[in-house]
Amino acid sequence: MSTGATQDFRYIGKKRRTKEDPRFVTGHGHFVADIALPGMKHIALVTSPHAAARIKAIRTDKALALAGVHYVLTGAELCAGTEALLPGVDAPKVMRYPLAHGVVRYAGEWVAAVVADTRALAEDAAEKVEVDYEPSEYVLDPEQAAEPGAPLVHPLHGSNVLYRRKFVWGPVEEDFARAEHRLALRVRWGRSATVPIETFGVAAQWDPGQQLLDVWASIQMPKYPDQTARALRLPGNAVRVHFDVDVGGSYGVKRGIKHTVLVGYLAKKLGMPVRFIEDRLENMRGGDMHGPDRIFDLQVAFDADGTIRSLKIRALDDVGAYAGRSPLQLGKPVGAIVGPYQIHSVEYEPISVMTNKTAQEAVRGFGQSPTNYALESAIDQVARHLGMDRIALRKKIFIRKDQFPYLIPSGTRYDSGDYHAVLDKALAAADYPALLAVRDAARRAGRIAGIGIASCLEPSGGNSSFEPLFNPKNQTTTWMDSCLVRVDLSGTITGVMNTSSAGQGHETLVATVVGEVLERDPDTIRVVHADSLNALPSNSPVGSRMAIMLGGAAAGAARKIKDALLAIAAHNLKKGIDELAYRDGSVSVKGNAQQSLSWDQLVEIAHRKFHQLPPGLEPGLQAKFVWEVPTGGALPTADGRIQMYPCFSFEAHVVLVEIDPETGQPKLTRYACGHDCGVMINPDIVHGMTYGGIAHGIGAALYEKFAYSDNGQLQSQSFMDYLIPTALEVPALSIVDHCTPSPHTTFGQKGSGEAGYLGAPAAIACAINDALAPLGASIAELPMTPLAIWTRMQSALAGAKDSSA
Amino acid sequence: MSEALYPVSVDVNGERREALVPARLSLVDFLRDTLRLTGTHAGCEHGICGACSVLLDGEPVRSCLMYAVQADGRSVTTIEGLAQPDGTPGALQDAFCETHATQCGYCTPGMIIAAHALLEANQAPDEQEIREAIGGNLCRCTGYQQIVDAIKLAAAKRAKGAS
Amino acid sequence: MKAVPFEYARPATLAEACALLAAHGADAKLIAGGQSLVPMMAMRLARPAWLVDISRLEELQHLTAPAGQAAGGDGHFVVGAAVRQCVMERDPRGRADLPLLARALRWVGHVQTRNRGTIGGSIVHGDTSAEIALVACVLDAVLELRDTSGATEVPAREFFLAPMITSIAPEQCLAEIRFPVWRGGDHAMRGCAFEEVSVRHGDFALVSACAQVELGADGRCLRAELGIGGAAPVPLALPEVGAQLVGAKIDEQAIVAAADAATGLIDPEGDLHASAEYRRHLARVLVKRVLRAANADAMRNSGETA
Repeated sequence: MSTGATQDFRYIGKKRRTKEDPRFVTGHGHFVADIALPGMKHIALVTSPHAAARIKAIRTDKALALAGVHYVLTGAELCAGTEALLPGVDAPKVMRYPLAHGVVRYAGEWVAAVVADTRALAEDAAEKVEVDYEPSEYVLDPEQAAEPGAPLVHPLHGSNVLYRRKFVWGPVEEDFARAEHRLALRVRWGRSATVPIETFGVAAQWDPGQQLLDVWASIQMPKYPDQTARALRLPGNAVRVHFDVDVGGSYGVKRGIKHTVLVGYLAKKLGMPVRFIEDRLENMRGGDMHGPDRIFDLQVAFDADGTIRSLKIRALDDVGAYAGRSPLQLGKPVGAIVGPYQIHSVEYEPISVMTNKTAQEAVRGFGQSPTNYALESAIDQVARHLGMDRIALRKKIFIRKDQFPYLIPSGTRYDSGDYHAVLDKALAAADYPALLAVRDAARRAGRIAGIGIASCLEPSGGNSSFEPLFNPKNQTTTWMDSCLVRVDLSGTITGVMNTSSAGQGHETLVATVVGEVLERDPDTIRVVHADSLNALPSNSPVGSRMAIMLGGAAAGAARKIKDALLAIAAHNLKKGIDELAYRDGSVSVKGNAQQSLSWDQLVEIAHRKFHQLPPGLEPGLQAKFVWEVPTGGALPTADGRIQMYPCFSFEAHVVLVEIDPETGQPKLTRYACGHDCGVMINPDIVHGMTYGGIAHGIGAALYEKFAYSDNGQLQSQSFMDYLIPTALEVPALSIVDHCTPSPHTTFGQKGSGEAGYLGAPAAIACAINDALAPLGASIAELPMTPLAIWTRMQSALAGAKDSSA
Repeated sequence: MSEALYPVSVDVNGERREALVPARLSLVDFLRDTLRLTGTHAGCEHGICGACSVLLDGEPVRSCLMYAVQADGRSVTTIEGLAQPDGTPGALQDAFCETHATQCGYCTPGMIIAAHALLEANQAPDEQEIREAIGGNLCRCTGYQQIVDAIKLAAAKRAKGAS
Repeated sequence: MKAVPFEYARPATLAEACALLAAHGADAKLIAGGQSLVPMMAMRLARPAWLVDISRLEELQHLTAPAGQAAGGDGHFVVGAAVRQCVMERDPRGRADLPLLARALRWVGHVQTRNRGTIGGSIVHGDTSAEIALVACVLDAVLELRDTSGATEVPAREFFLAPMITSIAPEQCLAEIRFPVWRGGDHAMRGCAFEEVSVRHGDFALVSACAQVELGADGRCLRAELGIGGAAPVPLALPEVGAQLVGAKIDEQAIVAAADAATGLIDPEGDLHASAEYRRHLARVLVKRVLRAANADAMRNSGETA
């Protein structure tokens, strides 16, 4: 039902100021920390100093003696009063509660929660809570943790392996046997996350008269109200989540279900509104928002002409001491496991392992960026092995534009694309020949410079088919979203979306789409957020899905309204619908403009003139649209083949890096990105998120790491040591657009919320390795800090000296 | 035993504000919680992210690194104070809307304060000067590109004589 | 991250401030800009019961250039301890007389922290990678410490004892810093340089180095001082290495020799961002860079008369 890129849209794809920006630039955003409920109390946490320990005793009397302190909650009480939070895989003995009970499993784990009149008083009291610990054995290395005999993070689970499966799609061994060449490589994606500037926060208030828990949170999480209700042992309709809270950035991580259960429990128990805003230390150490921490072992089977026959990928991921959806981050990449390349067969072995570290959570891309890093590293090594140009190799093995829809070995069909065109555009935008000249001139002058190329997929549209894939007991195949559109008595339009937003411009998206369909100015269309009691079903903005799903739902609802308007006009003009023309909200008879009904007249009939309404049509003018993700709805096959996401955006990055030969400091001096996400509904919004994604990728590639000491302490627990790129680390970025519309969506749009992040780390790693190659050095671990780069340079120099001795 | 309270009198956005506060109340918490000017945000509370930036006697500072008592007798301008006298957004804020220099909005007030201070001191900053001026303000949404564009746009408009 | 409760005083005079320190001893901390202290209080690593605010003391705000050329000596540029870094940056006489400090200030934090942070506060904080502290050591500045019994002078080179630990006593307040101003003879050329390596722009330096040299008309070195920050428990002036440069041109050979000598005198630690070996390497690189740059800077500057 795509209308394709050739259609000239009136509002879609045009430059348009967003609806959201005005409130943010004037300081009138509505964030959870801005909410002050009368009589509200505040929480501070007591956290574990040990990576693993038994809790022998907790004494709260000194804390409770302080003025202004109302309560100290410990794990014993909370665990008895709530349901455990479970991981997304089948591991019923791996239970997580907001507070530790009996044992602590990582340094920073929450042990007790103090409730006081102010946050400062709560912190004073938290210092006075006395906890007796008996430290116990812990394990930090994931490879070690996966081996029998390692200290067990959850002894009842029997091992530290949370999930493991070997998928074999196609004749892998045969392809390996027949290939002319083979190579093996290991790359490591260090533990980092998208760390928003706003920490997680949640406020809750229990109304005993209505038996209703109101919740305000900085949240980006599917099924949040339901999981909150379940954990608090409340009926689903006893929890009202206010989705109109502005979320100060999330990029995957704001899944504060444990924070919410804690706050909800206390609000109900104490009969006072309670608010918890993580401070930065609580957030970094115990907010459970770390990202993938992955070791990839790949084997590639290929021929001399560059054809890649087969791929074996083993991905070992350290999820820390507990898991929410994090193991599933090994599953989503199944849907793009060969990247943009024609590869005949694949073996994929994801292993999710627990260690005594902070828990991992969903991060932008849900595991695709680390996978792209691994894939692109392999491609570059194949090129190097064959002495082939990296661009030529990619172009040879890219899926061609005439091959879509393209079925990959793991069962997913890519919808559309033209990878050659996008790569060419990126190379042109970067002025690749000039870039080569700059690089080579730098090298001749004794400097170290390299160019990185990465061509990566951004699966979009979301679909939780990794849930049944990784857990056959979970037969979830519904992954819907929705929109309600209303035209009121006065003829103004309101769209209602049913989840929260974190800067993605959803209000603008809905207004633009509804305006496009109804041919009404989007500036006149208001978009509001429902709360969870009056919301239609949604699965929240994850997996780059909202342009597709919310856009599609908004269009669907608007179309129903348009149909109603046409029906009213047909009935009143006494014509068949095919004899009518709809234009700008009014309807006239084709060829006779005098016979028409204006928008205002049609609205009036709908709302007031029942005697003029066609029989069977609802009075008023409103429509809801709820729909399932396109291509979704099926369960995986026995060998784990599944249609993962519906739409596939694509990005090609070209980056020039210079490395200071004496210090190892990298500097990105040129950055171009070719981006195809089908039809863009608002280009500024799409570009903005892509720039931001590239900046996230620069951080993951060069600066950011949650580093742990040998005794399990998080060393980078504040912004002094966890280094987020500033405007001086992110270079000027240029984006060049391409459009291959998706056949699955209303306007041909694909998703793009994860753009930039999915290809930047791969591109930068390739650039650094291109720079180091003439020195005989290479680096296969992120982040590539100056120390790491310098160390590799030194080893290569030492090795060169040895070999020449 | 409760904490000693200290009288503070601060000119905030042109209005004298007085309160009795504990010494340890930070300026950002004073602005947000005592005065309910929630436009200024706290992102790290240890002086690195810049979300809390305000103007102190016209100069950009991190309000999480000051106690309210230290601002006694001084003047503070927050994002709320950068609007036009009639309440409409100023030229810089308008430029941020034109280039879409904000997404989640959390770093934005601090970013605008830093940009405002730059343009007051330097009417025609080049790209490097712009990036240095906002180098102490972290943003995770935008990758800074459209923010730099907004500041350039605001400078150009100012040069052309817009108010 | 809220500080522990404390009481606050903003005395009107330095004498009152010292009296408060004498009364409360180690329970009190002075605060000027607070850019280093407040984060530590937010993390509850610093837990003073009393905060004594000296940021507005008139007695600590002076910037006094040397009046005329003292016979046979340099003269000092005196900086009140609570002079804000941004004020020092903007002072034309300060920039002219203390070009090394001017260069160092570009590396100190960010615009916003320099609007509050002070020259004295950075020194008293005692971080080995603090740029201002390094310059004070390299230029052989003298610190005046005051308490209720009067004033004590301490050479900067003797002030820093261990990481974050200086010789200041709990009841003392740093009042001013006297930076020697190099006023060469009629045909002397001065040059200086400050460089540091950090992971991101504006971060704490992994290693820093600076140098100030004076060349005669024939290009030979009359005087040289250099130092390294972040590569030892304290900021390190290296007068012995500087002395070795005197009498000859500062050519590549001399520079390499100086770098070798300097590297032998440091004692770097490893941490999350840099190993000891890497710091040692960076120290060598930076000493070479600042000597080259200071020498080139001196060659560019014409001789100055008083």
